[in-house]
Amino acid sequence: MRGPRAARPGRLVADDIRVAFRPPNRGAAPTVALDGLSLDVSGGEIVALIGPNGCGKSTFLRVAAGLLAPERGRITLDDRAITEPDDRIGLVFQEPRLLPWRSVARNITYPLELAGWSPERRAARLAELLHAVGLEDAAGLRPVQMSGGMRQRAAIARALALAPDVLLLDEPFSSLDALTRERFNLDLLRLQESMGTTIVIVTHSIPEAILVADRVLVLTPRPGRVAAEVRIDAPRPRSLELLDEALASRAAAEIRANLALTEQVA
Amino acid sequence: MSRDLASPERRSASTASASGASAASVLPIDPLREPAPVPSPVPGDPSTRRPVVQLWPIVVAFVVFVVVWKVAAIVAGLAFILPAPEVVLGRFVGAWADGTMEPHAWTTLVEVALGFVTGASFGLAAGYLIARSRLVERLVSPYLVAAQAVPILALAPLLALWFGPGLLAKVVICGLIVFFPVAIATMVGIRSVDRGLLELAASLRATQRQVLTTIEIPAALPSILGGLRVGATLAVVGAIVGEWAGADKGLGVLINLARGSLFDYPLMFATLATIALLGIACYLLVVLAERRLVGVR
Repeated sequence: MRGPRAARPGRLVADDIRVAFRPPNRGAAPTVALDGLSLDVSGGEIVALIGPNGCGKSTFLRVAAGLLAPERGRITLDDRAITEPDDRIGLVFQEPRLLPWRSVARNITYPLELAGWSPERRAARLAELLHAVGLEDAAGLRPVQMSGGMRQRAAIARALALAPDVLLLDEPFSSLDALTRERFNLDLLRLQESMGTTIVIVTHSIPEAILVADRVLVLTPRPGRVAAEVRIDAPRPRSLELLDEALASRAAAEIRANLALTEQVA
Repeated sequence: MSRDLASPERRSASTASASGASAASVLPIDPLREPAPVPSPVPGDPSTRRPVVQLWPIVVAFVVFVVVWKVAAIVAGLAFILPAPEVVLGRFVGAWADGTMEPHAWTTLVEVALGFVTGASFGLAAGYLIARSRLVERLVSPYLVAAQAVPILALAPLLALWFGPGLLAKVVICGLIVFFPVAIATMVGIRSVDRGLLELAASLRATQRQVLTTIEIPAALPSILGGLRVGATLAVVGAIVGEWAGADKGLGVLINLARGSLFDYPLMFATLATIALLGIACYLLVVLAERRLVGVR
């Protein structure tokens, strides 16, 4: 039994992360992608990471997903350290990364298959997932038969298959046009609303960050760490009108100012 | 998440008249949701699948071949150098009818089948290990290339000496010649597997075995099958070479018999035709397997 004050699951804490890549030739200095990155995302919160190119945003997601061991520091999810890939974390890559020889349905159930679910359980879960991302009618299609947006929806459904507490998204909609992107962001918010998943989304787009996030963290150029935090105090559910409000322009100005600051430091 | 669990049932009920698995792919996509792309033809889609082979070009090519042969036979005028097509056809039918051809063909077929399976198995394993391990690559690849650079004709007498006059030597020679193209094709196929998909599998905690069966093999399959196609035809070459190095039965032996002892040149050509047909059959078998495996994509 959870006490009334117990926090929702999905609290992701990064403490003083440092990641350095050793170059293949010995002697050359290692590339430090992240240094001293700390953040604390509470359960059910949506946090956007924004920063210049090559500031290690994607690297951070890899560390958080347990795909990359940091040189220093640690990541915990609900006070348990993440040292390897974990069912409690769903990862959506920048590209959909669907298996081209499988149908959408079999791509979405791929994590369930790997986890050894029975075909009956997989089918039941598939129906929920297809409905959640609005791909009910596309289940039999192959990735080549779908638009980029549909593919990314399938990738999101796949990441949600094992009902993770945290969803990590690496510029998931960067290849979509601006209008589709806004619609997808709203869909993502609705999805989050119904599941209560914590979301960490990496993005290049200031409007996207403002539209979806409770908090926007501005990262410094490489080596990346959190330079500033901008709260988006807009109520949920959100709509596109938010982007026309004064609050959004103030937040955008603040994010831009902080991005500019980090550029000067570099 | 559990807003509408009934939707798949509803859909399958509405398309109950459509046929089986392809029903979902022909359903229109909700136009309000997303611009529906025109489903592009996919290999293996039953509606777009063409017949396995278009017949008329094959027939035309064959007729041209026979006519050129006939003309050449008339011009040469030497029946023992180039017998006319109808003579060879007659001998071909005769040799099969009187049981001259069958035991030899059977022997060669067994050699080809065993040699192909052996060579392909080792080729698959070696190709995979070379692709996945730098150490294995450094250890094995010089010998792999050296073995391929030495002509199998030069190696065959030695192998016949080592492995005796029986089936084993032929299987070894045949296997050796099949091994190389399959190993190289497997290596190339496994190396070209999208790293993004491997990272996806890692993020989903796939075991090594799951990575192999769900990502590496399906992704490398087209390349591997290409190597098997080459291997299938080379298997026939390997069996004949093996028989020439020392045997008492087989199509290679029959060619030598027809030429050197029986002076039956039409029989020699009929045997050549049998060998060619055997090679074509092997190749088609792999192509059929390919259609089944890759066509499902």
